[in-house]
Amino acid sequence: MPDLLLDVQGLETTFKTPDGVVHAVNGVSFGLKEGETLGVVGESGCGKTVTMMSVLRLIQSPPGKIVAGKAFFFGQDLLQISNEDIRHVRGAQISMIFQDPMTSLNPVLTIGYQMEEPLILHIGMSQKQARTRAAELLGMVGLPNAKERLNDYPHQFSGGMRQRVMIAMALSCSPQILIADEPTTALDVTIQAQITDLVKRLRDELGMAIIWITHDLGIVAGLAQRVIVMYGGYIIEEAPVRELYANPRHPYTLGLLGSLPRVDEKEHTRLFSIEGQPPVLYQKPEVCPFAPRCKWAIEHCWKENPMLESVAPEHRIACWVDTKTGRAL
Amino acid sequence: MADENNVLLRVENLVMHFPIYRGVIGRQVGAVHAVDGVSFTVKRGETLGLVGESGCGKTTTGRTILRLYKPTAGNIVFDGVDLVKLKGEEMRQMRRKLQMIFQDPYASLNPRMTISDIIGEPLIVYNVANAKEIQERVEHLLEIVKLNPAFANRYPHEFSGGQRQRIGVARALALQPSFIVCDEPISALDVSIQAQVINLLEDLQKQFNLTYLFIAHDLSVVRHISDRVAVMYLGVIAEMASRDEVYKSPLHPYTQALLSAVPIPDPVEDAKRKRTILEGDVPSPVNPPSGCHFRTRCPIAKQICSEQKPEFRELRPDHFVACHFADQFVN
Repeated sequence: MPDLLLDVQGLETTFKTPDGVVHAVNGVSFGLKEGETLGVVGESGCGKTVTMMSVLRLIQSPPGKIVAGKAFFFGQDLLQISNEDIRHVRGAQISMIFQDPMTSLNPVLTIGYQMEEPLILHIGMSQKQARTRAAELLGMVGLPNAKERLNDYPHQFSGGMRQRVMIAMALSCSPQILIADEPTTALDVTIQAQITDLVKRLRDELGMAIIWITHDLGIVAGLAQRVIVMYGGYIIEEAPVRELYANPRHPYTLGLLGSLPRVDEKEHTRLFSIEGQPPVLYQKPEVCPFAPRCKWAIEHCWKENPMLESVAPEHRIACWVDTKTGRAL
Repeated sequence: MADENNVLLRVENLVMHFPIYRGVIGRQVGAVHAVDGVSFTVKRGETLGLVGESGCGKTTTGRTILRLYKPTAGNIVFDGVDLVKLKGEEMRQMRRKLQMIFQDPYASLNPRMTISDIIGEPLIVYNVANAKEIQERVEHLLEIVKLNPAFANRYPHEFSGGQRQRIGVARALALQPSFIVCDEPISALDVSIQAQVINLLEDLQKQFNLTYLFIAHDLSVVRHISDRVAVMYLGVIAEMASRDEVYKSPLHPYTQALLSAVPIPDPVEDAKRKRTILEGDVPSPVNPPSGCHFRTRCPIAKQICSEQKPEFRELRPDHFVACHFADQFVN
């Protein structure tokens, strides 16, 4: 498919731990169109971060290992190209911002130095050019007196400001794809609103595609065009954003949406709760990984792991049950 | 404040400043104004939600009420007794009635103690039961929080986050308290687990007629669980009213901005909303702004806001606001 900017197929990643091999990602396939914002939703340990880290080959190996899969980006398979080549993709064409802005900035280097580095490395700017560009970028993400602040160290910035610096750095080489891994989770709600607003504005100005990883179904609703829901290393539901919230089909998605208290709650109702807890997969599951917690589960769920199948245009779920009728699909 | 008998806890002008010492001789050079004059009441059997961003003093307020800190000034009247004046053994006995559930279920359970030791410890400390009774009571408590009593001899690391938080709840219930401070009890948990714990807390409240001070930064959760809500900003309460009042017709510009910043899990509703995005960060509590603490980020601030501290006024019945210009939002 030529219109896909990033095309990931059958990705599998495992981690060797003292307790055995953990199957973190178990055959994930998705595409990203140009200029599209894709939300990836799931709880901790569902494999959402590992999927994206695998695509950029940021998984530490050992213990991590990409067992299978392809990730096509401009005709080349990111999982096959040389280490040298992937370095030119990372930070330049695909860049990533992380959850905790304090641990992803180097505390002993100035912000200016850290911002210049990719510009010199990837674009080949001189130090002076890079300095000027870094100041422009900081201005673009709304940092006051950007020029003077280039000489400051990360600890002199607040959490929200650090995340702005991270965004400026990620955008410095005008990437085609920005992967944002829970960039607002560590921030307060008013600062979170500032950051999502900033990202929306920059997306419209620069036209890059965004993959937004989060556990917060609220943020995705206002930001993404298409959403992927992950559970136990699988994509279990995929749909355009309005379709997903209006017609969630997979029992897990239904459960997640039902368990969220809403700030615009009309009347007090008891929250729907999904009993049990997310699995740690020491074996690649042969049955549906959600079956032990699923109240719709039928006999067949314990026999075979469902594949992603279309239930409506652009709407795919991995489930044996039609949650609308409670009967097998 | 109609019915005085109905009030379980009354906090009056509570101030908690933490001194900052510097230099060789450790001279006090300043203070962190964590809580800067906070007053509220909690009625029997209700849940008061205390909501605000990090560093606004909500946790300090909760801890000071339990006298985990010695307040700089103010009164904490619990069931007719001023806790600030209590000393030693009197306070120790009083603590049986006031308990706390902590935010981090990984840090708040001693990893070297078994679950039955953790839950039974309060019973030993207060010498209220013999060994056999303690064992029975622990098993009963585990059943109450919906954990298998057979787990009593396991260690905390064998449990998931949600289960650990249940253990923390069981420990808080051990001495049959009447008042529990829940300090962000669900923010360290996964979304699907959060609902389990919220439902449990609601069930227990009904079952044992508990009164909660529910501290959280998540406005959606606070709306769900609270009867009344107090919104804190930089050591002061900006607005306090019944839940529906606060969420449907907020009068303080900070509450309004805070509510508009919360994402709604519904793309259609979310697109319809008008958002107010606050500029800048929360100022440092070491040196809070003069007058109204919120004025540096307030969209409607005027001259008077830097000169005069706004009074905490009752603008509608039982709806209190600390803002000079809140009258324009009434109706």
